[in-house]
Amino acid sequence: MVVTDVSRPDPGSGSTMPVHRKRSRIPGWLRGVIWAVVAIAVLSTASYSTGVAALTSSNTAQTALRLALPILLCALGGLWAERAGVVNIGLEGMMILGTWGAAWGSYYGGVWAGLLAALVFGALGGLLHAVATVTFNVNHIVSGVAINLLGLGVTKYLANLVFEPLSGNPRQSPVVPKFDTYSASGLSDWLGDLEKEQRVGISDVAGILRGLVTEVAPLTMIAIILVPVSFWVLWRTRFGLRLRSCGENPVAAESLGVNVYRHKYIAMLISGAFAGMGGASLVLLRGGADYLENQTNGRGYIGLAAMIFGNWRPGGLLGGAALFGYADGLQLAGGGEAVLALLYGAVILVAVIVVVQLFRKQWIAAGLGVVGAGILYLIYWSNDTLPSDLIPYTAHFVTLIVLAVASQRLRPPKADGQPYRRGED
Amino acid sequence: MTSWRTKLLPPLLAIVFAVLLSAIALIISGADPLQAYGTMIGQMFKGSTAVDTVNLATVYYLSGLAVAIGFQMNLFNIGVEGQYRFAAVIAAIAGGALKLPPVIHTLAILVVAVVAGMAYAAVPAILKVTRGVSEVISTIMLNAIVAGIIAFLINADQFGVQTGNNIGTRVIEPSGRIPGIPLGSGTLFGFVFIAAIIGAAYWFMLNRTRFGFELKASGESTTAAAAGGVNAKKMTLIAMLLSGGVAGMVAMPELLGRDYTYGITATQMYGFTGIAVALLGRNHPGGIALGALLWAFLDSSAVSLEQINVSKEIATIMQGIIVLSVVVAYEIVRRADLAAEQRRVGRALAANGRKGASVAEGGAV
Amino acid sequence: MSTAEAPAEAVPDRGAPAVQLTGITKRFPGVVANSDVNLTVAAGEVHAICGENGAGKSTLMKILYGMQPPDEGTIAINGEEVKLRNPQDAIRVGIGMVHQHFMLADNLTVGENVFLGAEALHGIGRAARARLAELAERTGLHAEPDTLLEELGVADRQRVEIVKVLYRGAKIIILDEPTAVLVPQEVDALFATVREMKADGYTFLFISHKLDEVRAIADTVTVIRRGTTVGTADPKTITSRQLAEMMVGSELPSPETRESTVTDRAVLRLTGLTLGAEGSDRNALDDVTFTVRAGEVLGIAGVEGNGQTELVETIMGMRKPSGGTIELVDADDKARDLTKAGTLARREAGIGYIAEDRTRHSLLLTQPLWVNRILGYQTRRPVSKGQLLDIAGARADTERIVRDYDVRTPGIDVPAAALSGGNQQKLIVGRELSGDPVLLIASHPTRGVDVGAQALIWENIRQARAAGLAVLLVSADLDELIGLSDTIRVMLRGRLVSEADPATVTPQELGSAMTGAGEGDEE
Repeated sequence: MVVTDVSRPDPGSGSTMPVHRKRSRIPGWLRGVIWAVVAIAVLSTASYSTGVAALTSSNTAQTALRLALPILLCALGGLWAERAGVVNIGLEGMMILGTWGAAWGSYYGGVWAGLLAALVFGALGGLLHAVATVTFNVNHIVSGVAINLLGLGVTKYLANLVFEPLSGNPRQSPVVPKFDTYSASGLSDWLGDLEKEQRVGISDVAGILRGLVTEVAPLTMIAIILVPVSFWVLWRTRFGLRLRSCGENPVAAESLGVNVYRHKYIAMLISGAFAGMGGASLVLLRGGADYLENQTNGRGYIGLAAMIFGNWRPGGLLGGAALFGYADGLQLAGGGEAVLALLYGAVILVAVIVVVQLFRKQWIAAGLGVVGAGILYLIYWSNDTLPSDLIPYTAHFVTLIVLAVASQRLRPPKADGQPYRRGED
Repeated sequence: MTSWRTKLLPPLLAIVFAVLLSAIALIISGADPLQAYGTMIGQMFKGSTAVDTVNLATVYYLSGLAVAIGFQMNLFNIGVEGQYRFAAVIAAIAGGALKLPPVIHTLAILVVAVVAGMAYAAVPAILKVTRGVSEVISTIMLNAIVAGIIAFLINADQFGVQTGNNIGTRVIEPSGRIPGIPLGSGTLFGFVFIAAIIGAAYWFMLNRTRFGFELKASGESTTAAAAGGVNAKKMTLIAMLLSGGVAGMVAMPELLGRDYTYGITATQMYGFTGIAVALLGRNHPGGIALGALLWAFLDSSAVSLEQINVSKEIATIMQGIIVLSVVVAYEIVRRADLAAEQRRVGRALAANGRKGASVAEGGAV
Repeated sequence: MSTAEAPAEAVPDRGAPAVQLTGITKRFPGVVANSDVNLTVAAGEVHAICGENGAGKSTLMKILYGMQPPDEGTIAINGEEVKLRNPQDAIRVGIGMVHQHFMLADNLTVGENVFLGAEALHGIGRAARARLAELAERTGLHAEPDTLLEELGVADRQRVEIVKVLYRGAKIIILDEPTAVLVPQEVDALFATVREMKADGYTFLFISHKLDEVRAIADTVTVIRRGTTVGTADPKTITSRQLAEMMVGSELPSPETRESTVTDRAVLRLTGLTLGAEGSDRNALDDVTFTVRAGEVLGIAGVEGNGQTELVETIMGMRKPSGGTIELVDADDKARDLTKAGTLARREAGIGYIAEDRTRHSLLLTQPLWVNRILGYQTRRPVSKGQLLDIAGARADTERIVRDYDVRTPGIDVPAAALSGGNQQKLIVGRELSGDPVLLIASHPTRGVDVGAQALIWENIRQARAAGLAVLLVSADLDELIGLSDTIRVMLRGRLVSEADPATVTPQELGSAMTGAGEGDEE
């Protein structure tokens, strides 16, 4: 759905002939590894050429990891919902509910209580969305927008009620306990030494790796493990098969005895819980704020963008979340100078893609790539630093550009976003 | 086919439902619902609140119209928020810089606003039409980015002007302003009349023009519309641009009727209100007007709740509940109507001489 | 009650029929779909259920499969009365249904489609795949379990549906119009499979309105008309004509050819039209060239899925060809190249379009009839003055169409969804003929339409043809094709492969041409 508009996509009747899809010979995980290697190579080159170490520093990596979490969790939330056929625009509202739950739970009961409360609050939002879309067949986007409004309103109301007496400020909670962090200290120190040596390539890899193994909270580890867990559940278990069938052909599923309504409800509870966990990751991690009004700042939607970028697969959305999280982390850790250096890196990346397209004889795409690279380079060259007012929105810009460039051969679940009523063909 | 009952029942149901649920929320937080509602209604009669409500409703009405144009074809222009703010800052800067004779100055500012709104809407429109990027996500990204753009432009280094403690655009000369009508202790925006004209134009476009027909057809069935000759990409583009253009007008009542400058503290969130109001009014110009008035009432009177120590967020919660329940209510009423219609057709055909409508003649099987 | 564990079930009491429906009645708002239906199916037989479109067969089968509860009446399986509240109940008593419109998910694999909902039987791992392999062997399905379903052709998809049913232990199998999408050779393969399975003790309910096939495969036939059972017969002894009369009750509409009205003037000229298919190397349309002349009905024969839909939609401008030209020739023999024109331009040039799926392509279901009149004509008189609509004109013209085309409706303000299929189609035909078209594209124009409406539509097409209209007719109904067409071309895999003279060709000859004379299924 999210690619085209909500009603059926193509004016023609679709293909009435069998499709012979060109199967790529490279398995998904290998493709992901290749992309990661290319990305690090590009960043490392850019870092060396511009002299901006922040591109691959451990500090950036750490911040990126922390900021990628809400995006990743919302992307997973979106995945679980859309694989069951429900478009969940309300992730943002559910995440906001999660932030309140996390702060409230943590304040009164410690971090794990906070996490649990965040899950519950998010799931409640998911339940509401399920009731509206599954039982009452409300248009999915409309319901999502309404939940965002409601989530915001309810949260502000509750914050006013509960936090203001405690912190004096209805927009902010008092300081709440956060997760302890753990480091693989031996590895971390060794990598730190490598990073300081400032050797091209090796130091960059060391920097990035160090950021990923230093001061990591349990929440982070849980979130990352949930990616392969989601894959395993959705593609290797009976429950997952049934859930996916609801998103592909709910009429067929119902005729085979799958309780489509029930699976959609469960999917929405899970989806909301993920969004709630995303909210928890904003509140309960060291370096993040406590509950703070407007702290979600559109990350729920960026999560959806990551899911689309990942073609509705867990591995892909991990890549998407990494990309957007990196953009977010870079602007926070490195400022305008670093973002500018990122532009330089983007030029290199586009140049690589142009070469690949030329190999494939895709002239138009290559031409567009050259033009795009030219524009990016112009911006880089003519500025010392980017306007400070726009830097906080780096991730949003990146989202837009990535979606515009990468919107090809997407394969959303076939019945995604379509209203389903039992008994109707 | 739609009767009054079909049109009015769902919003009424939704409002009653919201009032009840909010009463529960109030009781939980220790307040007295009757006292709260009484305070809100009473506020209407104090000072300039009634006039302020109508002024606010004018703004909400324009926002609702902008959103509704997109809604007609299932296009979710959530970007009205970003489009109207972008248009506001650009128009304010232009208005402050221009020196023109009275009416022409105003018209120039309005034109700039409309064009700016269209330009900011063109980005998601083109992305959708050429690359298939979801307009939901791209508009939301642009909504966030606009805050940065505004901060950048209002910066004293760019176009901002420092007045006392506030930074804003240069004040617009009286030649560019729209006079208001003094009513009691308040001043009614002159823009009210322009908004009414825009509403009428919207109705005309929708029901009497080919474009409006194709818009509605696209919203109902993209496949039937395509087979009927509607160019989906062109429709998407034009609808988004129109929507953005009307969005550009949203900030104008306040800019040209009260503030004359645009600053960091300028109002936000009107775009999202437009979504709620359009839903409530079912994309109908009259319905949207009523929805706008209701919303403006809730927002204006909620401030009074602080006097009796009730969180004014209760109004926001009511609004959220109304939005959700009105859509549910519309769906339920629509289904009941369709079933009734099928029964009616079956009976009418049976009465025309057939012994019990059979499968071959009667309704669908 | 037999469990879902397939093979070792109680041997049914020899005397008891496999299925016994008594007094089944089912009502919907405004319509009685089934009225006092009685049906007895003996164990191990192939029992055909015949009836024209809309007679109530599908509803009856939905009731038997537990998808709808009957308002009155009882169901007995193997001698025991059962209450079927949902398909799972039906599966549990051994009933399986192969739907006419396949219930398959394209993005899932063959295995996933088969195992879905039946994971408790053999899991979804090795044991399940082994069982799948056994059953695939029996039905002639040669696809790997990990193949994505969208890669399979129609006949293979049907085999997957049959395997699905067998996998769940069905002994009573309902086949709902199974040959609708098959070529004659594939029909033979299906019937061979059915006969083999019958010998193994399976019982089949075979729903069809193709009388020759019924006689070829069925042991008994029950005829349903207007929602009620008309009678039961032995297809070996009854003639097709007698059977058809039981189904319709009055004379069959006989599509006869009358005097030829074909002129020399070309109206539609296609040259080398080629259309690529998504994700495939093969073209959906491959170098299609033909001409339709004024006063001529050109019929395109072919099994669904060979490019007919793509052809029609490309001519209408809903798909963009990768090569070739489409020209419309006017009375002065001036050709207008429409290849790059949009759909609206083509309609304005004088092309009328009766789409194969009217709910998706011809109607706005929630809108009143007079609004639907405007669809496709929103720039032309009498419903429009260019950019502004002419509401009064639209209403008046809709009244005219309702009168002239016998559209049964209480008024022009009712939503289109409230009309029956036949009346909807009559409205559409009236609309498409009212723009004074020079070319009419009719794609399965009487699909899902009752007999009376069918006759009226055929008559209107003939009259328009006599007045000089050029008609491109695509139909799966061989009788319609042979009866209405002046020329028939056969389409196979996106190419026009042969030509036939409707006056002399037989359905068997046509069927052979449609399969490419024994080339068999595509993988």
